[in-house]
Amino acid sequence: SPQVVWSMLGNRQFCSYKMTTKTQNFCRNEYNLTGLCNRSSCPLANSQYATIREEKGRCYLYMKTIERAAFPRRLWERVLLNKNYEKALEQIDENLIYWPRFIRHKCKQRFTKITQYLIRIRKLTLKRQRKLVPLRRKIERRERRREEKALIAAQLDNAIEKELLERLKQDTYGDIYNFPIHAFDKALQQQGAESESESDAEREEEEDEDVDTREFVEAEDSELSDFEDMDKLETSSEEEQEEEEEVEKKASHSKSKGKTPLKGPARRKRPYIEIEYEEETEPTTKTKAA
Amino acid sequence: AGHGGGDDLERGGPPAPQRVLFPPTFSVSEIKNKQRRHFMFLRWKQQQRKEKLAAKKKRRKEREALGDKAPPKAIPKTIENQRVYDETTVDPNDEEVAFDEATDEFAPYFNRQTVPKILITTSDRPRGRTVRFCEQLATVIPNSHVYYRRGLALKRIIPQCIARDFTDLIVINEDRKIPNGLVLSHLPDGPTAHFRMSSVRLRKEIKRKGKEPTEHVPEVILNNFTTRLGHSVGRMFASLFPHDPQFIGRQVATFHNQRDYIFFRFHRYIFKSEKKVGIQELGPRFTLKLRSLQKGTFDSKFGEYEWIHKRREMDTSRRKFHL
Repeated sequence: SPQVVWSMLGNRQFCSYKMTTKTQNFCRNEYNLTGLCNRSSCPLANSQYATIREEKGRCYLYMKTIERAAFPRRLWERVLLNKNYEKALEQIDENLIYWPRFIRHKCKQRFTKITQYLIRIRKLTLKRQRKLVPLRRKIERRERRREEKALIAAQLDNAIEKELLERLKQDTYGDIYNFPIHAFDKALQQQGAESESESDAEREEEEDEDVDTREFVEAEDSELSDFEDMDKLETSSEEEQEEEEEVEKKASHSKSKGKTPLKGPARRKRPYIEIEYEEETEPTTKTKAA
Repeated sequence: AGHGGGDDLERGGPPAPQRVLFPPTFSVSEIKNKQRRHFMFLRWKQQQRKEKLAAKKKRRKEREALGDKAPPKAIPKTIENQRVYDETTVDPNDEEVAFDEATDEFAPYFNRQTVPKILITTSDRPRGRTVRFCEQLATVIPNSHVYYRRGLALKRIIPQCIARDFTDLIVINEDRKIPNGLVLSHLPDGPTAHFRMSSVRLRKEIKRKGKEPTEHVPEVILNNFTTRLGHSVGRMFASLFPHDPQFIGRQVATFHNQRDYIFFRFHRYIFKSEKKVGIQELGPRFTLKLRSLQKGTFDSKFGEYEWIHKRREMDTSRRKFHL
C-alpha cells in the first residue's frame, strides 16, 4: 500500500530517485508531477496519479490507477492532448474528472509550462542559431606558436621605419620636412666640389701668381743676374763660388727650412723660396753694396 | 670508467668484430637506467657541442687564410627563403592582374568615386573588453561608427547599411569576453573576409604608448601581400581608409603580412633626420589570420566562397603560405 511505500522510501530509507539539496528534496522520477519529493507528488507512493509529459513537441497525459497496480506494463495510460491550449485543458479536465484537486491543478500547471517552453523553442529556432565550434587544443597551440615566430621574423618596427624612409626618399611627403635627402646630399657634394675646386683654383691662381712673380722676378733677376753673372764672370770666380756657396748655403738653408715642416705656405713656397732668396738677396746686397 | 664498464655490460650482444670500432658505437638510448642514460646523454651532447665549436673555428681559420679567395658566406635558410613557390604570386607588371583589379569591387574606391564609411559592430551581448576595443578601433579608422548589435540578424543589417551609404561593415566576434574573430565585409555587394583575431592589445596595455590617436587621416602601409589572394585582402584593408592621408597627423596604420599572419599596428612617426625615423605606438594592436574569403556579402550558408582555409590540405607543409 502507498502508505507503507512512502514510509519506507520517502522518509527514511533510500529512494534512488530522491535528490537532496540544502533546502529541498527533488524527485528525479520521470513521471513526477511537480519534481519535488513530497508525499503527494511521489508517483511511487500514490496509487492514483497523473502527469503530463511531452514527446517531440506533443503533450500526453499519463494516468495511473489502483486497478492496474498489478500490471506494471499497463500501468500508465496515455492520452494525446490537443494542440489547442484550451481544448487540451478541457481534455485534462474531462479525463481527470473525479480525481483529487491537487493532481488536476498540478497537471494543468505543468501543461501550461510545457506549452510555453515549446513555443519558445519554436521561436528561437527561427532566429539565428549560434554554432559552437570546438577548439582543438593542439591546433590552437600550434597556431599560437607560429604566430609568435612570425612576429619575431616580421621585425615590424624595422619594416615600418624602412617603409617610411623610402616614402620620404620618394618625395611623397612633399615639402613638409626640411631635409629632403637628395637636395641635402647634393648640396653637400656641391660644397665639397666647390671647396676642392676653389682650393685648386686658389692654388692654381697662387701658382700662376707665383709663376708670374717668378717670371717677373726671374726676368728682372735674370737680367740682373745676367748682369751679375756677367759682372761676376768678368770679375772673379771666387765671388761666383762664394755666391754659389751662398746659394748653396741658402739653398741648404731653404732646404733645411723646407725640411723642417713649418707651415703650409713655407712648404708651398719651397720651390721658389730658393729662387727668391737667391734673387732677392742678391739685388738687396747689390743695392746695399751699391 | 665505472660508467663505461657498466655500459659495456648493458650493451650486451654486438659480436666481437664490431667492438673493434673505436669509440664503441653504443647508442645512448639502449641504457635502461634513467639516471645513467641521462648522464651519458649529457656527455654525448657536450661532445657534440665541442666538435661543432672546433669545426666552426676551423672553418673560420680557413676563411681567414683564404682571404679574398674565400667562398662567400652562406646565406642562412629562413622560412621566408624556403617558402614554397606559390603560382599565384603577383608579378608587378602583370597586365591581367592589373585589369582584374581595375574592374573588381574595389575599383570605385580606387578611382575615388566612393568615400569609405565604416560600420563597426560586435556579436551579441559584447563584454567590456570588446566594447572598448571597438571604440578604439573606431578612433583609429576615420569615418567609422560603432553600433550595438542587439540581437539583430546580419542579413537584415546589411540592406539597411547599404541604404545608408556605408561602404564597409566590420563585425567583431567575441568568445569568453575577448574578441577573437573579425568579419570584414565590403558593402555594396563586395567580398566578405572572415578572420581569426588573436593577441588583441588595448591602448592601455601597450607599453610606452603615446597620446590618443588624433582625427587626422592616417597613412596606410601594406607589407608582403604577394599572391592574388593576398592582393585582394590587401585591397580590402586599403579600402577602409580614405585616400588622402593627412601628413600633418604623422600617423600610420600598418598591415604587415608574415607567414599568413597579418599584424596590425598603429604608430605615430617623426623624422629625426633624413636617415632616421622614430616611431611611437599608439592605438590598439591585433593579429589576424584569414579563414575564408567569400564572394558576396555575408552569407554563411549559400555564399560562394573564394577561399576557405582547409586545415587538412593547407597546413601540411610548414613552408607553404597563401597570402
